[in-house]
Amino acid sequence: MTLLTLSGIRKSFGAVDVLHGVDLAVEKGEVVGLVGDNGAGKSTLMKTITGIYRADAGSIEFDGTDVLPLDPGARRELGIEMIYQDLSLAKQQDVASNIFLGREPTRKLFGLFPGFIDKARMDREAASMIARLGAHLPSINRSVGSFSGGQQQTVAIARALTFNPKLVIMDEPTAALAVREVQGVLDLIRRLKSEGIAVILISHRLNDVLAVTDRIVVLRHGRADANLATARTNMSEVVSRIVGGGDLSAAAMHEQRG
Amino acid sequence: MAHETAQPGLWARAQRTSVEQLHIRLESFIVLIVLSAVMAVLSPFFLSLSNFLNILLATSTIGVLAIAATYVIGSGGLDLSLGSVMGLSGVAGAYVAVNLGAPSPVGLAACILAGSAAGYVNGQLITRAFVPAFIVTLGMLGLARGLALVISDGRVIYGLPALMVYVGQGRPLGIPMPVIIFVITAIVAHCVLAYSKFGRHTMALGDSESAARAAGIRVERHRRILYTLSGALAGLAGMLFMARINSGDPTAGLNYELTAITAAIIGGTNLFGGRGSILGTMIGALIMGVLQNGLNLLAVQSYYQQMAIGAVLILAVFIDQYQVRKESRV
Ligand SMILES: Nc1ncnc2c1ncn2[C@@H]1O[C@H](COP(=O)(O)OP(=O)(O)OP(=O)(O)O)[C@@H](O)[C@H]1O
Ligand SMILES: [Mg+2]
Repeated sequence: MTLLTLSGIRKSFGAVDVLHGVDLAVEKGEVVGLVGDNGAGKSTLMKTITGIYRADAGSIEFDGTDVLPLDPGARRELGIEMIYQDLSLAKQQDVASNIFLGREPTRKLFGLFPGFIDKARMDREAASMIARLGAHLPSINRSVGSFSGGQQQTVAIARALTFNPKLVIMDEPTAALAVREVQGVLDLIRRLKSEGIAVILISHRLNDVLAVTDRIVVLRHGRADANLATARTNMSEVVSRIVGGGDLSAAAMHEQRG
Repeated sequence: MAHETAQPGLWARAQRTSVEQLHIRLESFIVLIVLSAVMAVLSPFFLSLSNFLNILLATSTIGVLAIAATYVIGSGGLDLSLGSVMGLSGVAGAYVAVNLGAPSPVGLAACILAGSAAGYVNGQLITRAFVPAFIVTLGMLGLARGLALVISDGRVIYGLPALMVYVGQGRPLGIPMPVIIFVITAIVAHCVLAYSKFGRHTMALGDSESAARAAGIRVERHRRILYTLSGALAGLAGMLFMARINSGDPTAGLNYELTAITAAIIGGTNLFGGRGSILGTMIGALIMGVLQNGLNLLAVQSYYQQMAIGAVLILAVFIDQYQVRKESRV
């Protein structure tokens, strides 16, 4: 069953034409790798899915709903979560506040006034979410700005998983992680898949992409230029599709870098 | 997991507790106590119940404005029009009651409405026309003051009805009405900022607008509400001041935004947003109140008082930035 369908997505920033008609489909429980050179438009495309950017043209259907008219909050309600490349954390707030930002559990103050935060419940659930990810944070009550890059990434991941998403978009989720934590994220992606949750993984670490995805989509010149079944492709094919054509020396260079 | 190399000292622990649980800066509390002690030594009148109530009375207007400043600055915004909108609100209320002969409750409501309207215009311009808050509210500073002078024809409007005066001069149980209204406002503002969804979102917005947006918070709408709220609070301050001096004075609240913003910053509000608390701001407002009261008792000219307030503002931001730099230095 198709969960997400993008068709003809266009987006430009003023004179900079980034996306010229991207088509992309993601099945329920499918893991899709999205790769492409720096500046290919991967993050931009994903932000049109979460509603941070408004597509200039095209359509986005998620779980049978046309999501283009919806704001980012409404799209989260439908089950679209994203771990942003810049993490998008509120650095002066603590772990629980970040994980629950926009979705805080509430109770009535003095049993009268609605809209007040159930901080105890938030802390409890945030701690158990972090523990479930097998991560260690120095303290759940400290502002996340005082954490290391990897720890901050953990908080961003926890935020994306707390509200039973149907699709999790991960934009470079392992960029700041140590080897063991990278394995943790890959295992996590497999676990999500087994629970029927779809994942779009953006990463420059092609080994990881090849290890964990079902399908790899290459974004190039503003289009979904290639659509490769992971089981029937290999590193050098992916690299050559990223850098374009059969330029194998460039491909080898890229491989060495990645 | 890394271990702390040294046991945190008593001071550091006290600081952390106060910052995390009460959301205040311990330093500002100490400044308040030291300042009060100095004033008590310098002036025999300082330590008396009536002077204490005087300080609270003077603080009530500034305090209400400082609450508005805390919300707006905490959200990463700025409202320079607080003092002018306060002046406009007082004149609007007096005009409606005296010149139009409306009943007292209508006059009081007119103050709040006028303030809210000015704040609403600020919010619309900032979020829909994309004019920076600094410019919009600076423009409103001029607009609101001018409008107050136009409405009142440049003169003070006298002769408020008795009920309106009661709001400013009544003393149930010996406590001045403005102090009661101020304290209730502060308690509500504190609960909302520290414990409600709205308050949390306000600080998250000032912390990282992109994070707030990604989390699904309707950023522009939230800002519009905040500026309208700020205007409403300036209207409340205008109402309290008008009722206290028993007249609508078009020059009321001149430069009060300076004092209000200073109180918020002293209280630990981050100038760039993301951090702030009403408790801290109240301590800041009391510091400003004690400073002004003390300088009055010592018969220091008001010109020097303006200078003192300006200097305190710069000093408070300096100390805040100094600490931020110290923390981020390796
Ligand atoms: N807000 C913006 N305003 C203007 N230009 C933008 C904006 N966001 C992205 N761009 C431009 O769009 C292009 C694509 O950027 P994008 O961040 O989507 O690339 P990417 O594929 O995610 O790259 P990377 O692998 O480096 O993360 C770039 O040329 C970038 O300069
Ligand atoms: Mg990117």
